[in-house]
Amino acid sequence: MLRDITIGQYYPADSFVHQLDARFKIIVSFLFIISLFMINDFYQYIPVIIFVMLIVKISRVPFKYILKGLKPIMLILIFAFGINIFLTKGEVILSFWIFDITKEGLYQAFFMMMRLIFLITGTSLLTLTTSPIMLTDGLENLLNPFKKIGLPAHELAMMMTIALRFIPTLLKETDKIMKAQMARGADFESGNIIKRAKSLIPLLVPLFISAFRRADELAMAMEARCYRGGENRTRLKILSYTRKDLIGLIFVGFYITSIIGVRIYL
Amino acid sequence: MIDIKKVGYTYETTEYKSKALDMIDLNIKKGEFVAVIGHNGSGKSTLAKLINGILLPTHGTILVAGLDTKDSELIWEIRKTAGMVFQNPDNQIVATVVEEDVAFGPENLGLPQETIRERVDESLKQVGMTEYMKKPPHLLSGGQKQRVAIAGILAMKPECIVLDEPTAMLDPVGRNEVMETIERLNKEEGITIVHITHFMEEVIRADRVIVIEEGRIIIQGTPKEVFKEVDKLQDMGLDVPQVTLMAHCLRKEGINISDDILTVKEMVEELCQLL
Repeated sequence: MLRDITIGQYYPADSFVHQLDARFKIIVSFLFIISLFMINDFYQYIPVIIFVMLIVKISRVPFKYILKGLKPIMLILIFAFGINIFLTKGEVILSFWIFDITKEGLYQAFFMMMRLIFLITGTSLLTLTTSPIMLTDGLENLLNPFKKIGLPAHELAMMMTIALRFIPTLLKETDKIMKAQMARGADFESGNIIKRAKSLIPLLVPLFISAFRRADELAMAMEARCYRGGENRTRLKILSYTRKDLIGLIFVGFYITSIIGVRIYL
Repeated sequence: MIDIKKVGYTYETTEYKSKALDMIDLNIKKGEFVAVIGHNGSGKSTLAKLINGILLPTHGTILVAGLDTKDSELIWEIRKTAGMVFQNPDNQIVATVVEEDVAFGPENLGLPQETIRERVDESLKQVGMTEYMKKPPHLLSGGQKQRVAIAGILAMKPECIVLDEPTAMLDPVGRNEVMETIERLNKEEGITIVHITHFMEEVIRADRVIVIEEGRIIIQGTPKEVFKEVDKLQDMGLDVPQVTLMAHCLRKEGINISDDILTVKEMVEELCQLL
């Protein structure tokens, strides 16, 4: 039951978007987020829709996958929609009980929902098309300049790698402990929320103990393999920008110009 | 290769002190295949960690290829020379892709990219895991994971590999895979092997067997010499290979059979001669 969770949800394919440098994709995602917050009217979403659709098409990630990424935030979407629709003041078009639905509220609600949807699809495209290793490598590389002001870039990336490496291992272990406790009559499925949360204690305690033991052993194994932090460390795979990134850059350039253009002239 | 002189080690916390090793003298030659057996808590794992410099001896000195493990400046050179493989394959694999994990050691040594690539390919070939190069480690079997761990050590080009119960968590198939890999590395690449184990069948393949009990070396010699001491081993609660035990029982019953039988094949030959 726990095996279905895919963190980082990478979709392996060999598309143009997949082959772009991770650092480039991280920066583009960042710019994309900023551009979303620059938008202040509906029609300005037109270039955004075109941009996202084009990338989805080129990346060969099935549309179903992108929609699946929206599922976990459904609750937030509905919540944001509700708040906006009921709490924005203005011209009332419909009212029942203590609620007034205003024209401005309706407008605002749809506007915010679009923003959230694009925010999620845009950023999930990053994780869908970039393998976790590439992503961590890219992050480490981008954060390197900040080492001078004391940001532990290498350590952060190492932590992420180890976390990604141990997610399946710990999930498997959770499953095992759960079954072992269930065999002894533990009940994880009935009762109210508080009771269910309490029933997780016999699951979490052994899991944490084992995680600490694993951490200790892994640290020893890493030291035995001469690990001594990021200094003087070389890499098997070195990130490098290619011609593809240049093409991507031009593409992104078009996008940004169109966002700014739409904003100024329409 | 490895020179252990009058070494003692005591685990010390505020609550208790326990002596794990006591006056161990041991000299392991280059290219030798040494098996270490003993109970849980006999001090055999401590010995492994001392060779790799993870623990430092309380008394005495350990020289690995002439380098003193107590010298903190030499520690990385020592760990490169004497690589170590641990019991749990899950807890020694660092990366999310097999080849990245094998590259971890050479990356730490700061080797250039091309050299790392070469070493990764070569090491994976040596343990027969080339086809799994791009796979995530959690999809491999225990024996395969342990072979990846061995490849990770090989990529640092060690002269000696210390294996601390590498087969303890594996099924018989995985155990065989790992043992064959170790044997081949010893015979073909001339890598010195220190193999710590519970399984007597694995011990038979060694050049020399060392039995440790309560932090002391009790018996050492070739497998044949060691397993002659059936009674002594059984008093300590250690197993002997089944055939050896059978030969021992037959001798007790007054049948004139050799006392250094280790394999089924030897047993068959011996019995045929008797008949």
